Amino acid sequence: MAAHLKKRVYEEFSKVVQIPLEEAPVKKLRLSKPSKSAALHIDLCKAANATDALQYLLEFARKPVEAESVEGVIQILLEHYYKETDNSVRLKIASLLGLLSKTNGFSPDCVVDDVINTLGNEKSHQVLAQLLDSLLAIGGQLPESPAVRRRLVQVACKLLSDTNFGVRNKCLQLLGFLGTVETPLTKDGEGPSSSLGGVRDVQSIISTYFSDQDPRVRTAALKAMLQLHERGMKIHQIIYEQACRLLSDDYEQVRSAAVQMVWVLSQLYSESIVPIPSSNEEIRLVDDAFGKISHMVSDGSWMVRVQAAKTLGSMLQVSHHFLEQTLDKKLMSDLRRKRTAHERAKELFASGEFSSGRKWADDAPKEKLDTNTVNLIASGACGAFVHGLEDEMFEVRIAAVEALCQLARSSPSFAEKCLDFLVDMFNDEIEEVRLQSIHVLREISTHITLREDQLDTVLAVLEDSSRDIREALHELLCYTNVSTKECIQLALLELLKNLNKYPTDRNSVWKCLKFLGSRHPTLVLPLVPELLSTHPYFDTPEPDMDDPAYIAVLVLVFNAAKSCPTMPALFSDHTFRHYAYLRDSLSHLVPPLRLPSRKQVYSLDSVDSGCGSGSVESAKLFLQQSLNRVSTIQNLETPGAQDLLNFTIRDLQRLGELQTELAGAADFCATYLRCQLLLMKALQEKLWNMAVPLCLKQNVTATAAAQQILEETYKLEFLYSSLESREVATIHHVRLQAKALQLVLTARTRPGLDLLISSCEKFLQEIESFQRMFLTELPHLQDSFVDKLLEIMPRLLSCKPVELVKILQTTLRQSGLLQLRLPEQIHRATATIIEPTGESDNPLRFTSGLVVALDIDATLEHVQDPQDKVKVQVLYPDGQSHVIHPKPADFRKPGPTRHRLITQVYLSHTAWTEPSQVEVRLLLAYSSSSSSPSSSNKSGWSDSIDGLPPAEAAVEGTIPFSKPVKVYIMPKPARR
Amino acid sequence: MPEIKVTPLGAGQDVGRSCILVSIGGKNIMLDCGMHMGYNDDRRFPDFSYITQNGRLTDFLDCVIISHFHLDHCGALPYMSEMVGYDGPIYMTHPTKAICPILLEDFRKITVDKKGETNFFTSQMIKDCMKKVIPLNLHQTVQVDDELEIKAYYAGHVLGAAMVHIKVGSESVVYTGDYNMTPDRHLGAAWIDKCRPDILISESTYATTIRDSKRCRERDFLKKVHETIERGGKVLIPVFALGRAQELCILLETFWERMNLKAPIYFSTGLTEKANHYYKLFITWTNQKIRKTFVQRNMFEFKHIKAFDRSYADNPGPMVVFATPGMLHAGQSLQIFKKWAGNDKNMVIMPGYCVQGTIGHKILNGQRKLEMEGRSTLDVKLQVEYMSFSAHADAKGIMQLIRMAEPRNMLLVHGEAAKMEFLKGKIEQEFSIDCYMPANGETTAVTTNPSVPVDISLNLLKREMVLGGPLPDPKKPRTMHGTLIMKENSLKLVSSEQALKELGLNEHQLRFTCRVQLQDPHSDSDTLHRIYTHLKSVLKDYTIQHLPDGTVMVESIVIKVSSSAEDANAKVLLLSWSYQDEDLGSYLSSLLKKGLPT
Repeated sequence: MAAHLKKRVYEEFSKVVQIPLEEAPVKKLRLSKPSKSAALHIDLCKAANATDALQYLLEFARKPVEAESVEGVIQILLEHYYKETDNSVRLKIASLLGLLSKTNGFSPDCVVDDVINTLGNEKSHQVLAQLLDSLLAIGGQLPESPAVRRRLVQVACKLLSDTNFGVRNKCLQLLGFLGTVETPLTKDGEGPSSSLGGVRDVQSIISTYFSDQDPRVRTAALKAMLQLHERGMKIHQIIYEQACRLLSDDYEQVRSAAVQMVWVLSQLYSESIVPIPSSNEEIRLVDDAFGKISHMVSDGSWMVRVQAAKTLGSMLQVSHHFLEQTLDKKLMSDLRRKRTAHERAKELFASGEFSSGRKWADDAPKEKLDTNTVNLIASGACGAFVHGLEDEMFEVRIAAVEALCQLARSSPSFAEKCLDFLVDMFNDEIEEVRLQSIHVLREISTHITLREDQLDTVLAVLEDSSRDIREALHELLCYTNVSTKECIQLALLELLKNLNKYPTDRNSVWKCLKFLGSRHPTLVLPLVPELLSTHPYFDTPEPDMDDPAYIAVLVLVFNAAKSCPTMPALFSDHTFRHYAYLRDSLSHLVPPLRLPSRKQVYSLDSVDSGCGSGSVESAKLFLQQSLNRVSTIQNLETPGAQDLLNFTIRDLQRLGELQTELAGAADFCATYLRCQLLLMKALQEKLWNMAVPLCLKQNVTATAAAQQILEETYKLEFLYSSLESREVATIHHVRLQAKALQLVLTARTRPGLDLLISSCEKFLQEIESFQRMFLTELPHLQDSFVDKLLEIMPRLLSCKPVELVKILQTTLRQSGLLQLRLPEQIHRATATIIEPTGESDNPLRFTSGLVVALDIDATLEHVQDPQDKVKVQVLYPDGQSHVIHPKPADFRKPGPTRHRLITQVYLSHTAWTEPSQVEVRLLLAYSSSSSSPSSSNKSGWSDSIDGLPPAEAAVEGTIPFSKPVKVYIMPKPARR
Repeated sequence: MPEIKVTPLGAGQDVGRSCILVSIGGKNIMLDCGMHMGYNDDRRFPDFSYITQNGRLTDFLDCVIISHFHLDHCGALPYMSEMVGYDGPIYMTHPTKAICPILLEDFRKITVDKKGETNFFTSQMIKDCMKKVIPLNLHQTVQVDDELEIKAYYAGHVLGAAMVHIKVGSESVVYTGDYNMTPDRHLGAAWIDKCRPDILISESTYATTIRDSKRCRERDFLKKVHETIERGGKVLIPVFALGRAQELCILLETFWERMNLKAPIYFSTGLTEKANHYYKLFITWTNQKIRKTFVQRNMFEFKHIKAFDRSYADNPGPMVVFATPGMLHAGQSLQIFKKWAGNDKNMVIMPGYCVQGTIGHKILNGQRKLEMEGRSTLDVKLQVEYMSFSAHADAKGIMQLIRMAEPRNMLLVHGEAAKMEFLKGKIEQEFSIDCYMPANGETTAVTTNPSVPVDISLNLLKREMVLGGPLPDPKKPRTMHGTLIMKENSLKLVSSEQALKELGLNEHQLRFTCRVQLQDPHSDSDTLHRIYTHLKSVLKDYTIQHLPDGTVMVESIVIKVSSSAEDANAKVLLLSWSYQDEDLGSYLSSLLKKGLPT
């Protein structure tokens, strides 16, 4: 009833919303063509002066015009256009022409000529520009008509000599947008070539405007050329020289466009040879362009610098020595050559000494420089990145870092060289830049091995207070190669320090050590005695097993031991015990080891590690077989069917636990089968046909079953990713069955006829919508419940409710089990709350009525668009529940199917006398497009819903998909 | 030819006491008015007697512009304006105006109160002097008088440092003051638009240096401080009050914030506190990061940096202390140094240059035993580090600025002669422009070629438009007919008719007539007809008429034929044209001289 009322309210509400939407356009639609344009005509004639006319036009522009009447309207407008003397009105008319010709379903070819004619007499430059703009819109609507294009191009060429920059701009735009694909046409010797006699070649026309006096026109010319390129026209190489000249233009927008132009050409003609001015040498064009763009990295305008830095990254064909020059910066002091700090660090490292800079002037310049060889102006690519990375604007720095990354990925030697610079960026003042450079370093880390001094700098960042930075760094360390055992020790030491300072990083640090260990087994080996503090003669005290630092060390050692069989010999007794413990408790971090002369503590492990891919295959086979077996059940009433289902469900669940790859699919099948089982049980009750009063109890279980099936179907539909429409249809089918069951039960228990009629109608509607939604899938649903219902649909529509219920009852009982195909690639959305752990015994104390922030850290797997779907639910002991939407910024994406939610949840409550636990869990909100009442409620979400009945644990429209975590809190009364 | 004259009174081939006189378009401007730190006598201030022997400077200077608040750029200002006498406008940016008097007052105190000098400017003089100051905003064009205008550009270096673009008519000069082309932790990089001045006067402190990346140095600095703090040691950083100190503070502050460190950082009080206050105010003059985040938090409101008290020096545990002065020669920094020198856990970081003879210089050179006053010696066990943070443009930076501004001439000041020589050579080689480096008192004159603006009458212009092609091409000169009228100090280009009208002159016609002898056996009228057809075939685009009165008209040129008396075959052609048709007329006469085709 409540749901019904709600729906009523909702419907009324929705009406209110729609009124403004419907009213105007619906009435207008009925207006016949002449009346619409006539109205405009009358309005315009009435207009006493320009202001009035403009007002009418503005009003007119607000309303949509339907396609049929556009032409009439345009004619009227044009008529007025010729009469009008006021520029602003003509301008408005011109812009309306453009707008109108964009109307869907209207083909503007009939008005092209009229609009072009208006150009002839126009004196005002603004109006002219606007008319050209409208022509641009018209041209855009007629991509298939070369004749119109040709005319427009001609018009544009004619007006190119206008004195106003706006007109020239628009002409160039037109040329860029429409000008031509004529080149192939002319080659054919077709008519167009003659008609285009004046139009020699669009490119050369556009390029003459590269030297226009107005910078805006120069920019437009470059843009037009770029557009030609985008439309697939091959730009001539002659343009290159002109574009290069524009790189030193006075205006930044011209330079910026020129950088793009040069880049485009360098990609087109990368291998052609250009001469170096003032010398006899020649170089490849891409190198020349690279040098020129590098030069722009020290431009005066930061927009150009960003553009240049970004562009550099995509010039992968550039030669090596040019690339390496970008990082080159010769230092001098007092005319003496000086080594850079990077070089010094390298040298110090090579000579075995570590720290530097103890003395004043240890960076004192050494050899004297010949003044002639010092080149102060960076010629070509020299030091482009050195500049870019030191730039004032962080946008430029980020662009430079990204460009470095792209270039380094394609060139290992460059990667090696840029390492120092990237490491330096770890110290940038803007966090975004630091983060970006860490990511970049991770991406190129396959190419490089970190030196000890470099590692040292990298590790210094581990103390950063930003969690993102630290985690990015952990991620980086996972992929890093280091060269010596000292490096490993250093890394371990710093990571432990990190762990000590920020205990919340525990998981991330352990994971990092896992990779560090498995990557460098031989480097870890000599460290083992020290790490485990074993001694050849003496027994050392057993370390504390709960110490995260000790666990961290063990993770490192065990992972190294995996590929280093000699290592376990160095372990002491307790290490083995700890291994067994950790293997159980942190199985994702500790690999299975073959321990000599020890009892093999694992039996299962050997199975899944032993025959990796083969086991997946066999498991798949098993899954398929189970499903086949189930499909033998023809009728729900077959004896033994229930047992079979029961066993299959159990098998599938176990399979899901064992085989993580198939967990999603197995779970999905099991849930589906469980639905079937429930349905079967509910239908099979012996007492079904009894009189109502006698089977009251029975009805209760059946109702519950129906309810549960409904819930399960929502889970099936929304919790699993990449479902195919056939599977969705199957799920909906089950849901329909459950609804039918509900209907039958209602009919039996509640005597009210009105209610029954309305629910019958609703049910029929649902059948129809099912049919509509899954029309393509219907053939697969042969002989099913829906199939049968659809056959007798006409009868259903006409019959009485009581009769309908009867039909449903029999059909339900007779319909067979719908077979489930083995779903491919299904993943279940899961969430794990890492933080809070729920282990704390200290309650979180705060003053009641105020709020306390609770940090939540969770990983989400296989959730699409978590920003919209994932909510946090807080359940208080008194049954109150709050649902909190995390901010979109709280979601990070560390992996392709993984998301991470780090957010703060604000708790508040009135005073308690005892500390008590609240439950925190994550919910997956869904909105089904079907008209089921439970989901239509969904749009009524507000930030928190208070006082939901405690019995209803799950909130409507959401699926809890993480284990609840208990947090101990204690709101205290405020002290007075 | 007009000239721009530049005379450095200070900072010519020298560092310190910047003071440069510029005469441009009849205006005299003084750029900076600094003092020399190295002298205590008259040489301390620029020699203003160069301008005038006696009397006030007001009559000789149109304005004074101060680039930034360092004493070597503004230290002599009260002396000049109040003691020598100058009442004209003084321009400086807002932050400079705010901070400059603090430094001047401090300088005055030290000289008068500590050293006991007399005949020095007083506090009141500083105040009076500051009253004459007109503040500048960045990129704001200020009209000093009808002709002289100045515009300030951002220069980095210190808070409020500016470069100025000075313009009279179409002549212009840019003076950079001190500037920095690489951004640092609290200031951005210098920037100027492509203003193409006649002279760019640039500082050249680091003319022969190309510096390493700033990041390495910063990282080194932070690492050293961090290591010492972790060891439980104390770090002493002797600094001068303004500029670098703020940069280091920001650096440490953000590092503390990032790394979540807890050890206290102290800043010795005094000047700096007042100055920090101004840094907080002038956020628009700082770098991108500080400007963007100040809404959440003003970076100069330090969370971790607190005021220092003398007693804190004895506190146990790690700490970082910024103390003045920078060379450890006196004051608080020396006191703290003495206390901490004995412990090898501690560290002192010298962030700048130290003059010979100071303790700073000694320890930097590795001296481990210092003799203090009273015959006691001090064992220096603490670590001594040197970290250079300087905010001047290096050679590359200077070149970069030249490329940005594209000057026609270059003039170097504020640097050592030998180093300038090198840079001068480089500039001349790379940009092929003239570069000057005058010594103090030496005048450099640069001739300019200013363009003279002329008003052109609209009618004339329109007439030209009709004649000429579609668009005027700004890159190419074009010839046109017109009359230039110079009247009452203004130039006007008008059509000749209008000029005649305006000047009240009568128009005189100038006609050329010319006789051409021609051998032609035909009769006069036939000859004329033959000429007509001949010309018709040669000059296709011209209107040629055969008039019934026996003349041929080509445009407005009249051709007549008459036979000579002696020889019937020898015809005499009479050509007559006006001055305006000179080209066509002379062409015709030479054409007809060749004779007619038979």
